[in-house]
Amino acid sequence: MSGNIGTARFISTYAADSSGVCSALYELGGMVVVHDASGCNSTYTTHDEPRWSYMDSYVFISGLTETQAIMGDDEKLIGDIAAAAEELAPSFIAIAGTPIPMMIGTDFKAIALETERRTGIPSFGFATNGMNSYVSGVDMALGAIAERFVTERYERTEKPSVNILGATPLDFSGSDIYCQIKSMKQLFERSGIETVSCWAMGDSLENMAKASSAWANVVVSYGGMSAAETLKKRFSTPYVIGRPTDGFSEKLIQDIRKAFDTGESGITAYSGRKKGSGKKALLIGEGVACESMAYALAEKTGVQTAAAAATTFDSKLLCGGDALATDESQLTQLIADADIVIADPLYKTFCQRLGREFLSLPHEGFSGRMFRSGISDTVSDISFITDRINNL
Amino acid sequence: MLIRMGGRQDSQSRGVRIAEAAFPSPFKGGLEYSCAARGTWNIVHTGFLVPQCHEIFVCAAGCLRGVVLTAAEMGRSENFSTIEIRENDVLVGGMEQMITEGVTDILNGLSYKPRAVLVYTSCIHHFMGCDIQMCYDILRRRFPDTDFTDCYMDPIMRKSGLTPDQTMRRQIYSLIKPREKDVKRINIIGSNLPADKESELYLTARSAGYELTVIQDCKSYDDYQKMGEASANIYYDTTAAAAAAELEKRLSQKALFLPLSYSYDEISKQLDKLCGYVGAEPYDCSEGISKCEEALSETAKLLDGAPVEIDYTAVLRPFSLARLLLTHGINVTALYCDSISGIEQGDFEFLKSNYPDIYLYPTMDVSMRDIERKRNVKTLAIGQKAAYFSGSGYFVNIIESGGFYGFTGIQKLCGLIRDAWLNEKDMLSLIQIKGMGCGCV
Repeated sequence: MSGNIGTARFISTYAADSSGVCSALYELGGMVVVHDASGCNSTYTTHDEPRWSYMDSYVFISGLTETQAIMGDDEKLIGDIAAAAEELAPSFIAIAGTPIPMMIGTDFKAIALETERRTGIPSFGFATNGMNSYVSGVDMALGAIAERFVTERYERTEKPSVNILGATPLDFSGSDIYCQIKSMKQLFERSGIETVSCWAMGDSLENMAKASSAWANVVVSYGGMSAAETLKKRFSTPYVIGRPTDGFSEKLIQDIRKAFDTGESGITAYSGRKKGSGKKALLIGEGVACESMAYALAEKTGVQTAAAAATTFDSKLLCGGDALATDESQLTQLIADADIVIADPLYKTFCQRLGREFLSLPHEGFSGRMFRSGISDTVSDISFITDRINNL
Repeated sequence: MLIRMGGRQDSQSRGVRIAEAAFPSPFKGGLEYSCAARGTWNIVHTGFLVPQCHEIFVCAAGCLRGVVLTAAEMGRSENFSTIEIRENDVLVGGMEQMITEGVTDILNGLSYKPRAVLVYTSCIHHFMGCDIQMCYDILRRRFPDTDFTDCYMDPIMRKSGLTPDQTMRRQIYSLIKPREKDVKRINIIGSNLPADKESELYLTARSAGYELTVIQDCKSYDDYQKMGEASANIYYDTTAAAAAAELEKRLSQKALFLPLSYSYDEISKQLDKLCGYVGAEPYDCSEGISKCEEALSETAKLLDGAPVEIDYTAVLRPFSLARLLLTHGINVTALYCDSISGIEQGDFEFLKSNYPDIYLYPTMDVSMRDIERKRNVKTLAIGQKAAYFSGSGYFVNIIESGGFYGFTGIQKLCGLIRDAWLNEKDMLSLIQIKGMGCGCV
């Protein structure tokens, strides 16, 4: 039954697509409006956005009411956005949808066009619906930024360089939420590679607009895919897919250099991981993160590894034997087939009920702020997992 | 990187002098901002006041996220399940089957048997015209030993009748079954926090031989059912009016509205009303008033004219409290509220006439996102939102009046104010904790 109906007795749920839009655009000086009922923004601001209480950003909710939905009153939304934009003067406006606007067929692209006409501010409409994972929203938002703002062809940097695509706190968090971003940049720097821009943590829209100067793009989560595709199409910039991870980074750097040299694009750097033997470890989480970690663990421990992409992902990017798993019934089968599960702590009870060893890998996109202080910098060190595996 | 756009805005430019404020809506509507203060309860917290219950939410992932994590932060994930509505479900329909089969699947797979199940449907069901009643009929037949009640996560309806909060405060009592009445039992209903047992409500009722019960005292579902024996329900929060009316109609329990207030006259009036119901002599308020005067005097002396800012989440009657404090030499300078409750109109008009320079601020207006969140002088805040917007660590960390009531309530609040003034708190950390008093950490 739970295979047909999305029942979840035990597990949590990933941040939604609308939160992904907000998270991706948070630091870029724009105004993001989620078209939903009053109060629904507290989920994002409490659980999905660690920057909310100390870094200001214009993320608001429209306060949609029953009457407005029934009457299809888009004018109220556009008027409210225009009034706020006049007061706050954002550099762009993004409008994201939720379930009820989807049901009533709200045309977000048309609303964005009308908003832009009225305010003179670049505007985007995203047909998110709260029914897909945050990764989908991040992808839409960064894709739109690439499409709209990265239009000029800059001269390539003198030294080899990359853009980091798909970085949000939903995938890269911790007590210091920028820690892993800094580690990625340092990793590239040690390898003689400059970072032109990071989409979209610790960077600016102005800097991201110069992304065409990079030699290649690194897609560190699936949320960076559309931007990578746009930059490839527009500037022939190749991209490599992989999240810098201790034990995998060397391979990633090799593949980035290969992309520099050959212009080959769409390389899944985590392909070709060691088969391993003995116990089987299953990773659950964001697709690129899981695949990259699976590669790293196979290298470092020699165990068999498998990845379960529990958020929006392209099955064509999975390594053999890995799977998409977005509900409890699919996960149950995959977990039953593993000896060790490595996932967010909110999976722990579920996995232990199935008698599996559980190793904790907190993920902001799943458990929100609950285990943030336990999120480690996996770019630099994964011994907290490999030591446990080796001791099992 | 965006940190602050265009610098902080002077906070007064975002507010309105009470002299110029309109009742009951001093601010125009528009896009809404979510203040980073989390102490108030949501429908998950309130639902778990029903002992031995299991909550099941049926909605889209984006809506599930906040409630799932609320339950997780409460340590109640074991008593919480979800049914996720996906795009295809909306297109194909079959919402009724989704509810009945989904709930059945969940209940059959649980490792324990809940006494009650709270099923929360959402905005989607409303818009799709889902026959919710039929779902409950089927579920009750399938699980005859389990009680079901209908709960709602439909914030889109907040301006179409009862708000989700009001509905929730009603539904948590909807499972109480009729019982033979015990004339000496009274419930206090409708508040997320238990009423203070040292308040005059308890003192008055107990001295007349009555027993008072609140849902927070019920350790088991059987205890909870005993609330059906009460002859009356006291409520002091206006958001519980629907709950009291439903119980009066269904269980013939008299609704006793004794609104919380910070006015001596109003408190006396409500206590007299209670005395009348329990057959006691009119309440002698003189001692209570005298103690309040002492507490207020001591507090005013300590604060010595320092500014005080109050928000609507801290107390049920912010205007009434401001009036009390101002008339006792305590310098209330700001009130945070997005609208003004009808019960506060008299206090609002009094403040408007007598203290016209008090500022009212919205909490949800977009302009509040980047106001100056610090003060030039040490400021006392009452409530988490007032603390956040004023940037003050000297704050009284309560919601819903802290469960305090009457003259004792005023005295206890004064004690909290003095403590807050003397002991600075880690404001940004404390206000992140959801649902004060519900067990979240």
